[in-house]
Amino acid sequence: MTEINAKTPMEDLTIGGDIYCAGNAREFKTGDWRSMKPIWLEEKCKQCGLCFPVCPDNAIPVGKDLKRKDYNYDYCKGCGVCAKVCPFKAIEMKEEGVE
Amino acid sequence: MAYDMKEIVANKPSRFTEGHRMCAGCGAPVVARMIMRALKPEDHAVVANATGCMEVSSFMYPYTAWTDSFIHTAFECAGATCAGAEAAYKSLKKQGKLPEDKTTKFIAFGGDGGTYDIGLQSLSGAMERGHDMVYVCYDNGAYMNTGIQRSSATPKFADTTTSPAGKVIPGKMQARKDLTEIMVGHHIPYVAQTLAYMNFKDLYEKAEKAIYTEGPAFLNVLAPCPRGWGYPTEDLMTINKLAVETCYWPLYEVVNGKYKITYKPVKKLPVEEFLRPQKRFKHMFKPGNEWMIDEFQKEVDSRWQELLNLEEITNK
Repeated sequence: MTEINAKTPMEDLTIGGDIYCAGNAREFKTGDWRSMKPIWLEEKCKQCGLCFPVCPDNAIPVGKDLKRKDYNYDYCKGCGVCAKVCPFKAIEMKEEGVE
Repeated sequence: MAYDMKEIVANKPSRFTEGHRMCAGCGAPVVARMIMRALKPEDHAVVANATGCMEVSSFMYPYTAWTDSFIHTAFECAGATCAGAEAAYKSLKKQGKLPEDKTTKFIAFGGDGGTYDIGLQSLSGAMERGHDMVYVCYDNGAYMNTGIQRSSATPKFADTTTSPAGKVIPGKMQARKDLTEIMVGHHIPYVAQTLAYMNFKDLYEKAEKAIYTEGPAFLNVLAPCPRGWGYPTEDLMTINKLAVETCYWPLYEVVNGKYKITYKPVKKLPVEEFLRPQKRFKHMFKPGNEWMIDEFQKEVDSRWQELLNLEEITNK
């Protein structure tokens, strides 16, 4: 499905522009939009959960143990909403590409 | 079962995936994802979306950010499309052409342009005909998708590209339409106004009620837009909080005509607090423009008082 691009001839497109792969937007990485990068400081994190649902890009994975894991940088657009809601300063925003 | 946010986020996979192309820090995907999580995992959903930011950036051929069936519909049709799909489903089920033991829920999403303005007639029709569906309006207070033109959901005095604040006019000249009240006037089983606040309890519980109430339901959800409102992207939750604490956006629900305000701030903040961080209201803070803030405050106060009165009257 996602091999279709701007140069695909019309007759090779799906009829009616239907999309048959549910949730295939996952194959489109939006991480390269980022100019600021959130850094998760695990030792400061109290796993309070406030950052879990605020991510517009679902880039904070939460395990079955109800604990968050490190960012999924494939999708994080670097908006910083998570860093702002963190009461423990466990998320730091750094400029992308600067170590 | 009591609301447990961690449990929900961990165990109910997102039905609105990552990889969509909404702006960084957009309020709408946060809201849509939580609403979709209110579905029982075994239930399927059909989502119809009116033209708007969410439609064009979550369903960009050949990609879809939805794991449920999704119908890409025109600006004015989300209500009618969703209602039609629901009617067809009901008929097919009656004819025995669909499995008895499986449930499909019908949800329409629309921005404020597609709901307050352009889609109002089809929404009104769908609600009046009594389809078993939920219409969710994510209200970002202007036509953000096409470049911030004023809509009837834009608050008074807001600076937009078609109501520019300057020497001639003070931003938008008309007051905001109260759509939630219009929907209450349809006497449908469930109407609620909410937003993403704190641990999302209010939003999740209202979405769950709306989806699993038989008959038409309507949710009006505030979804801040960093581009259109002019605030730094990271302030999403702060803006949401201020909208609630100043009573600009009261959280309430109306179940079968009975009003219930689900959150009453202990100390109502002056509306200035909500206006100040947003660039679209910047001109209101210039010397000589104090009357705008006063008028805005009066409007918020009178609407809040009206709501308090309605709650009292309908629960007698």
